[in-house]
Amino acid sequence: MSRPATPTRVLALWSPDWPVTAAAMAARVPTHRPAAVVVANRVLACSAVARAHGVRRGLRRREAQARCPDLAVLAPDPDRDARAFEPVVAAVEELAPGVEVVRPGLVALPARGPVSWFGGELEAAEALVDQVAARTGVECQVGVADGLFAAVLAARRALIVAPGDTPAFLAPLGVEELDREPDVDRSELVGLLRRLGLRSLGAFAALDPEDVASRFGADAVLCHRLARGLDPRPPVRRTPPEELAVEVELDPPVDRVDAAAFAARGLAERLHRTLASHGLSCTRLGVAARTVGGEELHRIWRCAEPLTPAGTVDRVRWQLDAWLTRRRRAGDLPDEAEGGAVALLRLVPEETVTAGALQLGLWGDVGEADERAGRALVRVQALLGPESVVTAVLVGGRDPDEQVRFVPWGDDRDLGLPAPAAEPPERRLRPAGSDASAPAGEERTWASSGPDVAPAGWPEDVVRSTGRVSAADLPEAERMRTTNRRRRVPAPRRPAGRPVPRDPPPSWPGRLPAPSPATVPPRPIPAELTAADGSPVRLRAPDLLLGLPGFVAVDGGAPRRVQGWAGPWPVQQRWWEGRSEASRLQVALDDGGALLLVFRDDRWWVAGEYD
Amino acid sequence: MGVRVVAGLPADPAGRLELARGLLRRMEDRSAAVRAAPVPEADGRVLPVAEPLARLLPAGGLRRGSTVALPPGPAATSLLFALIAEASAGGAWAAVVGRPGLGLVAAAEAGVRLERLALVPEPGPDLVAVVVALLDGMDVVAVAGAERVRAAERQRLAARARQRGAVLVALGSWPGADLELACTDVGWHGLGTGAGRLRERRVGVRVRGRGTAAAGRSGAVLLPGPDGAVAPAPRGPAVAPLREVERVAG
Repeated sequence: MSRPATPTRVLALWSPDWPVTAAAMAARVPTHRPAAVVVANRVLACSAVARAHGVRRGLRRREAQARCPDLAVLAPDPDRDARAFEPVVAAVEELAPGVEVVRPGLVALPARGPVSWFGGELEAAEALVDQVAARTGVECQVGVADGLFAAVLAARRALIVAPGDTPAFLAPLGVEELDREPDVDRSELVGLLRRLGLRSLGAFAALDPEDVASRFGADAVLCHRLARGLDPRPPVRRTPPEELAVEVELDPPVDRVDAAAFAARGLAERLHRTLASHGLSCTRLGVAARTVGGEELHRIWRCAEPLTPAGTVDRVRWQLDAWLTRRRRAGDLPDEAEGGAVALLRLVPEETVTAGALQLGLWGDVGEADERAGRALVRVQALLGPESVVTAVLVGGRDPDEQVRFVPWGDDRDLGLPAPAAEPPERRLRPAGSDASAPAGEERTWASSGPDVAPAGWPEDVVRSTGRVSAADLPEAERMRTTNRRRRVPAPRRPAGRPVPRDPPPSWPGRLPAPSPATVPPRPIPAELTAADGSPVRLRAPDLLLGLPGFVAVDGGAPRRVQGWAGPWPVQQRWWEGRSEASRLQVALDDGGALLLVFRDDRWWVAGEYD
Repeated sequence: MGVRVVAGLPADPAGRLELARGLLRRMEDRSAAVRAAPVPEADGRVLPVAEPLARLLPAGGLRRGSTVALPPGPAATSLLFALIAEASAGGAWAAVVGRPGLGLVAAAEAGVRLERLALVPEPGPDLVAVVVALLDGMDVVAVAGAERVRAAERQRLAARARQRGAVLVALGSWPGADLELACTDVGWHGLGTGAGRLRERRVGVRVRGRGTAAAGRSGAVLLPGPDGAVAPAPRGPAVAPLREVERVAG
């Protein structure tokens, strides 16, 4: 392609502070809370709210937190940024073809198509901004100018530069605009230009190209072209993902799994040849089929490791098996002859990684056993649906059911939540006031470092209502000595270049200590707690029983005699969600069982069974 | 651990040989960094089980390809966690089918690695198909609600487990199981009248089935112990039933 004399019109769509937006979405930080992404103890990007509090790019972390105490400090993750940006790109692509992702947070596209379609640059910009906001909820700005460089600068200012005005638009801007790309370091050139007195792009552009080339070198020539409003290269169109998809028409249509699987094998091999020639491997595979009756079936398979051809064939076979079996079970059998057979099969690599990423662990990290287990689980997912196979992740919480989240197999187990405190069980916190029999030396509660300090992890309003001082408000030296002094040694100063230290795990005061109930009913089971004489036992106060427990009847069953009990321990949490307060009671029964009872909504429930 | 297992020696030579083989396998499993691919035939390879329970099991662990039944009763769920904890920590995969409401905090406390514990809480009518699929890839598959499974299907599942070298654990009665573990004499410690908290539970575990004497073996353990994992009971009573001791003497 010959380089055009005048740059093409380029439309740039820029989402401000994308690393922060993506990180905040991933960490579920509300948009009104100031947030910043910190790399090597310096602020890399901050949200507009944080900027209003005085946080700036390049600020030290502590200084940023001093200016804005409730700043959410987030860790950088370029992969996550790119992944989170994909929906935005897809939303733009729906309206305009040929989208080029410059970097996560910034896309460029040739302006000609959308402008002529929407009937004007302003209209096109408006439509794109609306589309992105409606589809993804991301705010963005659009700039249109001649050439990518000017368009990006225009997008930062939300400007539309008229055709031919680009040199005039660039001239007053400072030379430091050349150093905005995160991957290219031009600080040396910019510094040199400034020392030479060339402070604006206009002054730099006024130099003779030959002089620039002989004095400053190749990169400066490129920058000089940029400053003059010329394009170093025309926008390269993003390869549409459809090109990687492979499909096969099945003629005659296939209604048997083995026949479909045979077709899938050839298709999977074609897909992997295509991917290999692009140096890619697939981590999310879309399996789509069209039946003779015109029904479109589509399911996306996620996988932790890139798919091998055999893995692809397996997944296609399982998927077809599931579709055809379900149809048969649903009683569509009569229809099947004409409408249920698969007429078209299509494999779409929904997410790809460079093929080099397919690297097995050296010491059996991703060994054969793990692969076999993964395949078995995927197989069950094909039978029952992707949500049916789960693994559990422990998260913070006070009740046994709160401490567990289920993650469908294949999904990322890192929920972005702080892990529960991993402390030795004998130091685990016990319900307040529960422990008359505990040895004195073992006694340790959250209040041990002084009654007025709230542990880290308490919501602010709780801290205020209890009249405590938030640990975060204490001076650094004192904060290190608060709730979990033994567990958390003061962290040594990290050398620059390390990732941001995570917030310490919340300690969840009032959590039930080990052992935990081995059975946690999915929903609490109603229970009757009665005294020895048969009168119901209730609570007079959250921590005061009205009567001595004598019998427990679970879910209308026969009463079982209570041998020992402890509690009630009040739990006050989440009243802002309208949850009424509850009290917990452990009871041991004389048949050997033990129950965790909760008094909520004026009656007893079984929240856990120690079986 | 490991050496003290000889305390509960079975008397007959076959039992001894089996135990020795199991111990050797365990040592090999432990020393080798990469686990060899399981051979699809029960060959005495044994999944390790935590010490206080291992001495009760005839092979010193869960023999691959065997079927273990945990009939409903007190401490059955804790017993399941205790059985799979050691293997799971060593990298084995486990799955639990048809058992919603599993206390996974307790599982983690028992030592089960949750990232290697797959749960299929609602298998629906496909229970057998799901279990067959899981037996292909998992080291331990625990099945609840197996009472509804027909006898023929049960045999098919057991044969599948034997063929794939997996351990099938039935949470419920399972006629024809190789081993049956049940808890008796359950007693919680740590709870007073209005004071204390549940700390530990002393149970008598009774093992019956192939490789044990007709009367079975039993022994007391703490299930769970103070930290949630299985622990030896403070004053361990004799493990082998009296009859066997007599035979050794005679």
